[in-house]
Amino acid sequence: MISLSAFSESPPAVKVQNLSITYRTTMERVPTFKNALVRFGRGERAVREIHAVDDVSFEVGEGTSLGIIGNNGAGKSTLMRALAGILPPTKGRIEVRGRITPLLALGVGFNNNLSGRENIILGGLASGLSRKEVEARTDLVTEFAGLEEFIDAPMRTYSSGMYSRLAFSVAVNMNPDILMIDEALSAGDATFKTKAAEKMDELRRQARAMFLVSHSLGSIKELCNECIWLHKGRLMMHGEPEEVIEAYQKFVNVGPSAMTLDDL
Amino acid sequence: MSSESPVALGGSRQDFTPPVHIYEPHRAGIPNLGPYIRELWRRREFASESSKAALRSENTLTVFGQVWMVLNPLLLAGVYYLLVSVLSGKPQGWGYFSHLTGGLFAFYFVSNSMMSGAQSIVGGGKLLLNTSFPRLLMPFAAVRTAFFRFLPTVPVYLLFHVLAGNPWNLGTLSALAFLFLLVIFSLGIAAFFATIQVYFRDATSFLPYLNRIWLYVSPVLITIDKMPKELRSLGEINPLFSLLGGYTEALVSGTVPSLRLWLFASGWSVAALVIGSLFFISRERDFAVRIF
Repeated sequence: MISLSAFSESPPAVKVQNLSITYRTTMERVPTFKNALVRFGRGERAVREIHAVDDVSFEVGEGTSLGIIGNNGAGKSTLMRALAGILPPTKGRIEVRGRITPLLALGVGFNNNLSGRENIILGGLASGLSRKEVEARTDLVTEFAGLEEFIDAPMRTYSSGMYSRLAFSVAVNMNPDILMIDEALSAGDATFKTKAAEKMDELRRQARAMFLVSHSLGSIKELCNECIWLHKGRLMMHGEPEEVIEAYQKFVNVGPSAMTLDDL
Repeated sequence: MSSESPVALGGSRQDFTPPVHIYEPHRAGIPNLGPYIRELWRRREFASESSKAALRSENTLTVFGQVWMVLNPLLLAGVYYLLVSVLSGKPQGWGYFSHLTGGLFAFYFVSNSMMSGAQSIVGGGKLLLNTSFPRLLMPFAAVRTAFFRFLPTVPVYLLFHVLAGNPWNLGTLSALAFLFLLVIFSLGIAAFFATIQVYFRDATSFLPYLNRIWLYVSPVLITIDKMPKELRSLGEINPLFSLLGGYTEALVSGTVPSLRLWLFASGWSVAALVIGSLFFISRERDFAVRIF
């Protein structure tokens, strides 16, 4: 079953139609002139096609939080990047209503030599806010990360937990219309995790839509009201998280207890 | 600000809230330029902030810290003083030396823009893969950084200007116009080499040599009128001949450059900006895939 919001009056927050994404990556890791010459001499073609996302269509209504599950290499991150406008579709069409804040990696735009405060500004600007808007949120971000004491110290002096707490805090406090999170829930210690989970719940209620990629099926069940399952770039199933997760678990042939390491 | 609430209407610098983004495959390389440039302008704070961050973080671990901004050009001037006045055996006057430093600092601005512009995309992996913004901001931010490294050289030059007893007049002011053209030109080549670098990583190794040759064929170490005939005839195809030639002529000798220099300098800088940026924009959607 697809959530009711898909049938409501307002247009869907995200609409994906027959989306395919094909990479044409070079075989060599780093393209250089020498390799190009050698290849030319051998008469080889450098490109190899990878069908990362293959003919996927779905709609996400307002207020939906969508979980995306699937094995490694299923195309989950590629799909998210396409929705965020980072990777161009090869075929198909994506329609997005609202400002997306992708939290695909923590600490994007951060500079380790600068203070936490300066990095909040950098991170906020990177996610598309204006300077004023970010400045207005600086205290909130600091408080949420619990870093009041260290906020003016350079980031390189932070522990990795402090780093990811600040990065997570920057991402979730920028009031995005559409939030995307790729495996970023495991930031910080148990206390922070609880806080993070609460914040995510709040965001889910505020945001127009939320996307969550996770291998932690528990968090998907908890936070999402819709779920899609990708396998090798194809959309296998779209529906209630419970059903999709059950089908996925049956498919990968592991019991319901297998994915709990991250849930601890 | 209106984006506080996701459904706010108007009042924001965005055209409409919430914006509708449509992503489709694009075959023709260049996207719709109107929205692109608007978005580029809207996100300018991001470029300037990341450039500021780059400058601020640069010398945080060194003893002299930000003093390096002035120390660098002084040392550079010192090295060239040693080269042209001591080692060459025929000491040159302050007049020549003020020409040398004036031209050299401006040249280093262009070459820094080119080098760090070339690195801007390839070095910005995480940003490129995880956020979405007009990528042209990255080479432009590199040019801003290069410009702010150039600024502290101005007082250093002015010192030599005074020592040489160079004139101050209206001609000196026209150097500002040439400096502006140099900035335009730098934006263009930064974008151009940023794109090249994505496809051929070896470009970083070629660039220092290209730079060195460019320095020698441009009117920096020698003034335009003392240049060998062969080099002067190259003037039309060397953008820096008119750009730097006009700049130093105006700055050092206080004469308004000839119309010919004005035309060539403006032509080159506008052409560089248009061609460099369009080349960049037509390729930028491919960057994320290439940087992966």
